[in-house]
Amino acid sequence: MIRYEKTKGLTDLHTHYCPGCTHGILHKLVAEVLDELGVLGKTVGVASVGCSVFSYDYINTDFQQVPHGRACAVATGIKRVLPDRIVFTYQGDGDLASIGIAETIHAANRGENITVIMANNATYGMTGGQMAPTTLIGQKTTTSQEGRTIAQHGSPMKISEIFSQIEGAAYIERTSMHNIAHINKTKKAIKKAFTYQMENKGFTLIEVVSTCPVNWGMKPREALDWSKEHMLPIFPLGVYKDVMKS
Amino acid sequence: MKGNEAIARAAVAAGCDAFFGYPITPQNEIPEYLSKLMKDHGRIFVQAESEVAAINMVYGAAGSGARVMTSSSSVGIALKQEGISYIAGSELPCVIVSVMRAGPGLGGIQPSQGDYFQATRGGGNGDYRVVVLAPESIQETVDLMKQAFEIADLYRNPVMVLADGLIGQMMESVDLDKPVKKRHIEPKTYAAIGTDYHEGRNIINSLGLDPVYLEQHNLVLERKYKEIIKHEVQYEMYNMDHAEYVIVAYGTVARISRSAIDQLKEQNIHVGMIRPITLWPYPKKAFDLIPKSVKGLLVVEMSLGQMLDDVQISNKGRFKIAFYGRAGGMVPEPEEIVDAILHFDEKVVD
Repeated sequence: MIRYEKTKGLTDLHTHYCPGCTHGILHKLVAEVLDELGVLGKTVGVASVGCSVFSYDYINTDFQQVPHGRACAVATGIKRVLPDRIVFTYQGDGDLASIGIAETIHAANRGENITVIMANNATYGMTGGQMAPTTLIGQKTTTSQEGRTIAQHGSPMKISEIFSQIEGAAYIERTSMHNIAHINKTKKAIKKAFTYQMENKGFTLIEVVSTCPVNWGMKPREALDWSKEHMLPIFPLGVYKDVMKS
Repeated sequence: MKGNEAIARAAVAAGCDAFFGYPITPQNEIPEYLSKLMKDHGRIFVQAESEVAAINMVYGAAGSGARVMTSSSSVGIALKQEGISYIAGSELPCVIVSVMRAGPGLGGIQPSQGDYFQATRGGGNGDYRVVVLAPESIQETVDLMKQAFEIADLYRNPVMVLADGLIGQMMESVDLDKPVKKRHIEPKTYAAIGTDYHEGRNIINSLGLDPVYLEQHNLVLERKYKEIIKHEVQYEMYNMDHAEYVIVAYGTVARISRSAIDQLKEQNIHVGMIRPITLWPYPKKAFDLIPKSVKGLLVVEMSLGQMLDDVQISNKGRFKIAFYGRAGGMVPEPEEIVDAILHFDEKVVD
């Protein structure tokens, strides 16, 4: 008989996330992976500003909550002091690709042996659905009410592609949460990233195409379909860098 | 030994585990020396991509239980203020060295005290305080660096050592082994180092969306700041016997004022000095000890009047206050201070 048991990697708190938001499942994937790898008690998480700032309430490890965009700098400080621990950041696209791009790129370039989980939902969720660097061309947000234009704000930033060019990056993969098969692939990617960290291979980043039904003005199912139809052509899935294969 | 080198060596002697910094004149010798010293001692040195990143690395390392510091100068300290607020809000210890240059904006690289407000009032958000120590010699810089780590750990609060370009670049002989008061510091059981290593879960955090909770946190911080005010004020009262006037000055300017006081003595004019060593907490009680016979206080700064505010508060309306300041990187000569005393009434401020 197969019986489902909740991972020890999650606390018993109910999350504050909106109905249909993919953060809850993504938290669970991270928690399950840390549990399965047997490193929950050796892990320090870094909770960034954004919807996921409360990840420290849900993922059952020690945590440090950090200023907007600075997750990878704080993670650097932690990992340098505690090189035998597992250190990860959990960030959104606004936090990582906009205000925190410098900290993230330089942490990657130094080959900091940390894992970055980046949820890309093409918007600033917590502040109410403003345009992010990852917002699609034509996508309407509260700060691009007639749709984002290249002329005014440039094109969506492709984080996995950018980070694949960085020497110190060991593993970069973009995955999606739009169906169960892809959620399972996301978990495998996260496990690989943490395994690489345990093997001291360097900087690992998993960019997870996610949804924000409330700020997109969609039902949860519609949001999943929209992410597949509109985001995946701009943000193609796949492994962008793997030091063990290059 | 040059001031900046002394700061680096004092940090190592004080058991600093990790340094994170970014180049900026006039403090570059600090990261330069530490890049080698920390490696030689098997400790951590990272040149960050910015001052912003450096202070956040400090935040991470402090959250992991390390003795940690950064150093910078005026413009760079401005960039660190957000991180300093987080470190204070999360109740973590760290040491920040600020070697002041002249401003505002990019300003110049000559010595200044134009960052008194930046250090004592801070530019970060929220109700928080940073302990500020202001040395006037290289030996005192070394002693205060060691104290800074102890005070930071004792109160779990950022401590800033505030020097200026002159202290940083000046050379004097120093005793690196001079002992400082050791504090009883509890084990860092708050550190987020993994739940295998302590009871329960440790979360380093300054988020408090519930105002009822956050006010309680603010009150906890306030109680701590009151303890610091009670126990950590440091100042020097110099040449106060028979003083007609009292100079109030800190750091490099206090040092120059000693020469001015000697020159005035030759003219049979007796001038004392209050030299604040802690700029926060400010030595208000020193002003209560000024005898009634004193004709007035002369505040001298390498700024156009910042510490002046604290002197006006501490004076409680007892004495006339005059001010003499130089700015932009200009260092006052002792003769200028002598002249300000001789023309005290012309320098009186409202």
